[in-house]
Amino acid sequence: MLRTLAGGGSPAEQFIVTELRLPRLVTALLVGAALALAGTVFQSLVRNPLGSPDILGFTQGASTGALVVVVLGGSSLALAGAAVVGGLGTGLLIYALAWRRGVHGYRLILVGIGVAAILTGVNGYLLTRAPLMDAARAVLWLTGSLDGRGWANAGPLLAVIAVLAPLVLVGCAPALRMMELGDDTAGALGVPVRRLRLVLLASAVLLVSFAAAAAGPVSFVALVAPHVAKRLTRAAGPNLLPSMAVGAALLVGADLLAQRAFAGHQLPVGVVTGVIGGGYLVWLLAAERRAGRL
Amino acid sequence: MHPGSTRLGGTALTLAYDRRVIAENLTVAVPDRSFTVIIGPNACGKSTLLRALSRMLRPSAGAVLLDGRDIHGQSARAVARTLGLLPQSSIAPDGISVAELVARGRYPHQGLLRQWSREDERVVEESMAATGVDDLADRLVDELSGGQRQRVWLAMALAQQTPLLLLDEPTTYLDIAHQIEILDLCARLHEEQGRTLVAVLHDLNHAARYATHLIAMRDGRVVAAGDPATVVTADLVAEVFGLPCRVIDDPETGTPLVVPAARRRATEPA
Repeated sequence: MLRTLAGGGSPAEQFIVTELRLPRLVTALLVGAALALAGTVFQSLVRNPLGSPDILGFTQGASTGALVVVVLGGSSLALAGAAVVGGLGTGLLIYALAWRRGVHGYRLILVGIGVAAILTGVNGYLLTRAPLMDAARAVLWLTGSLDGRGWANAGPLLAVIAVLAPLVLVGCAPALRMMELGDDTAGALGVPVRRLRLVLLASAVLLVSFAAAAAGPVSFVALVAPHVAKRLTRAAGPNLLPSMAVGAALLVGADLLAQRAFAGHQLPVGVVTGVIGGGYLVWLLAAERRAGRL
Repeated sequence: MHPGSTRLGGTALTLAYDRRVIAENLTVAVPDRSFTVIIGPNACGKSTLLRALSRMLRPSAGAVLLDGRDIHGQSARAVARTLGLLPQSSIAPDGISVAELVARGRYPHQGLLRQWSREDERVVEESMAATGVDDLADRLVDELSGGQRQRVWLAMALAQQTPLLLLDEPTTYLDIAHQIEILDLCARLHEEQGRTLVAVLHDLNHAARYATHLIAMRDGRVVAAGDPATVVTADLVAEVFGLPCRVIDDPETGTPLVVPAARRRATEPA
């Protein structure tokens, strides 16, 4: 395989590696990293371990956008674009409803859950309006799948990460660390709280939206990766880079499992992340409870 | 800086949350090198005033001046090098140690190109020593008692090395011994380090004992301001708090001591 990557190998091997496997792997790495980064930023900003895009409604918003395209009919490029628009639109909506005046984490989460519930209803309605074949395709997309993902899917996400990851990791991370102390304390230490929050919120929503456009709304990675990273590093503060690594590894691992777990039958990767992520979360909550931290 | 000058003050301030106006046409001055204490009944606007003075709240009208310039015309970071704030509630991140938390007070002095230095290290150690938390440096903040934790937050604010320090009810949630401990600490910082302190306090007797300059507020207005010995009178306490009392000399310090009357007069309207 290394030989093939280096340019050798038969044309068939070349095709399988560079056109099928590699783009899928790269897409998995990028989606995992993007979701994990967004999740860590959200959790830090709202100071709540449940502050993930799955729960706040951004993922559902991206799905709504995609489903509208499914119902109206459109190319997969239009679907990806609509997912981005849906995610960003939801971001704006939640910002307008809950965040503009600088609100505390709980209000954002409650508004987010409300918006998520409404959008889930809308998504269900859209599914019933879709032609049967398209509905089946839509359900697969909604589960989150890396099947058949090529360079066309990885490209836009790579561009977004290339711009936003340095902005967040280098430009905003020290200030985000201060935000964990509370808005007032962060402000007293010289953090421009409102502007930082807006930049980070926009970055995280963009990351989630483009990740959803590439692979569908893969569940739980954004929620779980920051927790895993925190347990691995045992460090205070947003562990942005470790989270990205965990997210990328998690999604690649889950995708491998999804392809190999049942011989002759591939699962969408979202099923695996849902099962692993949900299970891990329940275990984590139980463990934290035993340790008296929750 | 000559005596009587002020680096921090507000002129003709209107303070409001959304449309709820807390104070109108409020003018205050914080004398340099004073330990200024703001007192007043609940909801009189004292914490709101502190928020405005610390750039947390933008006045709807009027301006807060820091070193002669509108505080909102200055960047958050520039203000944070001159003026520190200990808010009513802060959040200690999970798993953070005392030394790490105090070190975060150095944030306004750092930048992309100016990373952690020996100077930062020295200031953090001095701040922990000044507040008596140096023995706790490696302990987790979660494990500390309320009094210890408040000293750690104070150490963080000290590490910011600001000539002006604002404290919003720094003694709330503490028992009487720890309240006095924190106030003694503040008095020492004021006397030994020459910092200008502005604190919102609930306890009138604490205010009278520790303040060098007292601001008494009611309904968003300054009722009286000046030396506690002249400001704190039975009439003022009646006017500001609606509490009949006697004011005697504190046997420890000679400062005014407010002793509430034993029973309200029956004729007083409910």
